[in-house]
Amino acid sequence: MGGYGAYVWTCFAMTVVVFVICEWRARLRQRRVYRDIEVRIKALGDTQ
Amino acid sequence: MIPWFVVPGLFLVAYGAYAGLFVAPMDYQQGDAFRIIYVHVPSAYLSMMTYMIMATSAGIGLIWRIKLAHAVAAAAAPIGAWFTFLALATGSIWGKPMWGTWWEWGDPRLTSELIMLFLYFGYMALRGAIDDTAKADKSSAVLALVGAVNVPIIHFSVEWWSSLHQGPTLVRKGGPAMDTAMLYPLLAMILGFTFLFGALLLRRVRAEVLYRERRTRWVREMILSKGT
Amino acid sequence: MTGDAPAMLAGMLGVIRRDLLLAWKRPGDILNPLFFFVMVAALFPLAVGPSPEQLEFSGPAVLWVAALLAMLLSLNSLFLSDFEDGSLDQMLVSPVPLPALALGKSIMHWLTSGLPLVLISPVVAITFRMPASVTGFLMITLLLGTISLSLLGSIGAALTVGLHRGTALLSLLILPLAMPVLIFGARTVSLVAAGDGVAGGLYFLGAYAVLVLSFAPFATAAALRISNE
Repeated sequence: MGGYGAYVWTCFAMTVVVFVICEWRARLRQRRVYRDIEVRIKALGDTQ
Repeated sequence: MIPWFVVPGLFLVAYGAYAGLFVAPMDYQQGDAFRIIYVHVPSAYLSMMTYMIMATSAGIGLIWRIKLAHAVAAAAAPIGAWFTFLALATGSIWGKPMWGTWWEWGDPRLTSELIMLFLYFGYMALRGAIDDTAKADKSSAVLALVGAVNVPIIHFSVEWWSSLHQGPTLVRKGGPAMDTAMLYPLLAMILGFTFLFGALLLRRVRAEVLYRERRTRWVREMILSKGT
Repeated sequence: MTGDAPAMLAGMLGVIRRDLLLAWKRPGDILNPLFFFVMVAALFPLAVGPSPEQLEFSGPAVLWVAALLAMLLSLNSLFLSDFEDGSLDQMLVSPVPLPALALGKSIMHWLTSGLPLVLISPVVAITFRMPASVTGFLMITLLLGTISLSLLGSIGAALTVGLHRGTALLSLLILPLAMPVLIFGARTVSLVAAGDGVAGGLYFLGAYAVLVLSFAPFATAAALRISNE
């Protein structure tokens, strides 16, 4: 990479990391919301 | 829905990255360091695009009171902040070998992009500080709209002021100023990033809408039918 | 509600006059930010040391940052007292258009915070060994800049009125939009000190003030309505 390898690869690696983090957190959020709703359903089911 | 975005996105990014890293010829001025462009430009473009999406949907939500629009704005914010950070970070790393410095405080484009990062933070902070969802939606919408004035400043800053940052290369009179071997991977990366952004946004919007409507029957039925 | 200019003006002046009276009764409202300005300006030489070249060099920047922080401090309570005693609700249902009233509040804020800062800045500038000609430009940039800051700050104050920990949030919201003002304000004065041309910086500050003026009252009004539903 003509001596600039460290710079270039760092950037690409950073990009991958950011995308992974975003995807991960989005999934976490989704999972948490699902769980919250399931708990809510169960709670309602119990009281009825 | 999401796979429709992820698959083309990954393909485009894979092609773009491979071509950008290995196939495209070296830039005569910058050597191999210019290859950072293949992640820097898409991030920067997307950081601005996301802000516009956020501001526009916030505005739509504010004016026409469409709840989905507010959900989109809320979902877009963290993604936009990440892209802005990525643009700043990759730009900084690129700047070190090219301009000799990690950061240049006098540069209008760097500064206005940094301002946009702070605007994202402020938007998310305001949302977090207001408990009532409807109120949070509307307040942050006002903020997003006010801050939208910054986006054209970022884009045109290189034309209005003398800047370290190079001038527009793609969207200019006379067509792109790049050789096709270098250009196509870049376009692929931009498009690929956009698709992946779409996938991320959809996932977040889905979670957001479900959360907001968690008390309604349709949500309960949907979750139930998904099975435990 | 368009076209009723005399009523709008009367409404605005009413707001200004009432708040000026209130400020007169509570001089602390005006004086505290001024004291803050002076003290913050003093912090830098205390921390950095008294070398005259450094003082002269950092003068414009330090004074500008101190002014910005003092403005932020005083913005906090812009709508607070109105919120607490119910006059905010009055403003919301008044026949006078809310943006006009919001503009009145912004003007009031500038008169009680911005203008005093401009007037006291020469005194503090002396301690930074600022030559008189440079001080003149400092005052001009502060004049133009504080106008933008009052207007932008009103938006932030309206968005955060009554919020639990509104203070820090207010600053966080305003600062991104205030940065260009700080940049051009402080750097223009430094350029004067170095003998360079300053027309560009002053034009920018003026243009920014006009730009902000065109949307700030409406944004403030919208934010007030939202915050008070």
